[in-house]
Amino acid sequence: MATAPAAEVGAVQEFTVTVIVRRFDPEVDAEPYWQDFDVPMYSTDRVLDALHKIKWEQDGTLSFRRSCAHGICGSDAMRINGRNRLACKTLIKDLDITKPIYIEAIKGLPLEKDLIVDMEPFFASYRQVQPFLQASSKPEKERLQSIEERARFDDTTKCILCAACTSSCPVFWTDGQYFGPAAIVNAHRFIFDSRDEAAQVRLDILNDKEGVWRCRTTFNCSEACPRGIEVTKAISEVKAAILRGKP
Amino acid sequence: MTTDMTLDAPRTPHARTKRGINWEKWGWIYMRVSGVLLVVLIFGHLFVNLMVGEGINRIDFAFVAGKLADPFWIVYDLLLLWLALIHGTNGMRTIVNDYVANARVRRILHIALLASTAVLLVLGTLVLTTFDPCPAGADPELVASFCEDIL
Ligand code: SF4
Ligand code: FES
Repeated sequence: MATAPAAEVGAVQEFTVTVIVRRFDPEVDAEPYWQDFDVPMYSTDRVLDALHKIKWEQDGTLSFRRSCAHGICGSDAMRINGRNRLACKTLIKDLDITKPIYIEAIKGLPLEKDLIVDMEPFFASYRQVQPFLQASSKPEKERLQSIEERARFDDTTKCILCAACTSSCPVFWTDGQYFGPAAIVNAHRFIFDSRDEAAQVRLDILNDKEGVWRCRTTFNCSEACPRGIEVTKAISEVKAAILRGKP
Repeated sequence: MTTDMTLDAPRTPHARTKRGINWEKWGWIYMRVSGVLLVVLIFGHLFVNLMVGEGINRIDFAFVAGKLADPFWIVYDLLLLWLALIHGTNGMRTIVNDYVANARVRRILHIALLASTAVLLVLGTLVLTTFDPCPAGADPELVASFCEDIL
């Protein structure tokens, strides 16, 4: 780019970034392949903006999921330079743009097209842990909870079900039968909730051949979580609860 | 997309599955407990064999025979043998489960693991429990000092 005139003090500089995307169209391609794009970007941009520019200005066939674009809907988890990240929360300035940026779909779930995977196996194991409040009491007003009781499971309430954790887990990659970190995180959210009465049921579900015991504490999930949830710690707390027999 | 999921009627309680021994759970506990014990046992073993006295230069047939004449070291080594071998085998089993997708190959590897571990455990236990520190007719220079009374 030409040097900016002096008048534009504080203007954001534009530069060209090479983005290499792993493409796959099931109707045409037998195998996924890497395709590179040169994208003009600002340091304030995010990886999601790069994908937008590619889709809107260069190749309209590029497919990816996104909705909120602000890190809260959990639809755009993808593998960016080998790490699971939300495209909308990954700033270009945090990446080394002297090298190309590699973007591919998350691993371990069936690839459907370009950056889109079939999330159904992920949600199936999420549903299995009964991620909803089960309480028999019918109070007149709200169910009261102390600050400490609420803090007990605060961390795991933050999950946005993006699947970054589960699809970064080497145990999940092997055969996809493991419940996966996200399901355990969401079970944790209710197991340690003082208002809930079905903790035992969830502990029983996770005390399974494919449950918490398959966790190898590799910490990939904690590293991947865009919400900063201490996923591995939550899994360990569930293991300890199973051994104790109660939350 | 087809789903073969059948929904239970609302409020149907989760059916507790009874499966006898929960192997995955006990396997997980075994790895932790044996791991802690092994750290102590292995460093104890290394310390006694390599650091005490003249250290490694001391190790010869007589040294080993002397140790294995003492019931304390027989129990010590038996514990080391059983804990470590089963710990290692369970680790290998986990790796096989992770990397072998083919059910038949998996089964073959599991059986091979089980068989080799069983053989090693039996052999090791035999050596430790039936070891003769003073073989008849051995050169008195090479065997433990206490053999003089026996030979
Ligand atoms: S725990 Fe974190 S990484 Fe896993 S699904 Fe929830 S928000 Fe995503
Ligand atoms: S688009 Fe919603 S989390 Fe990224």
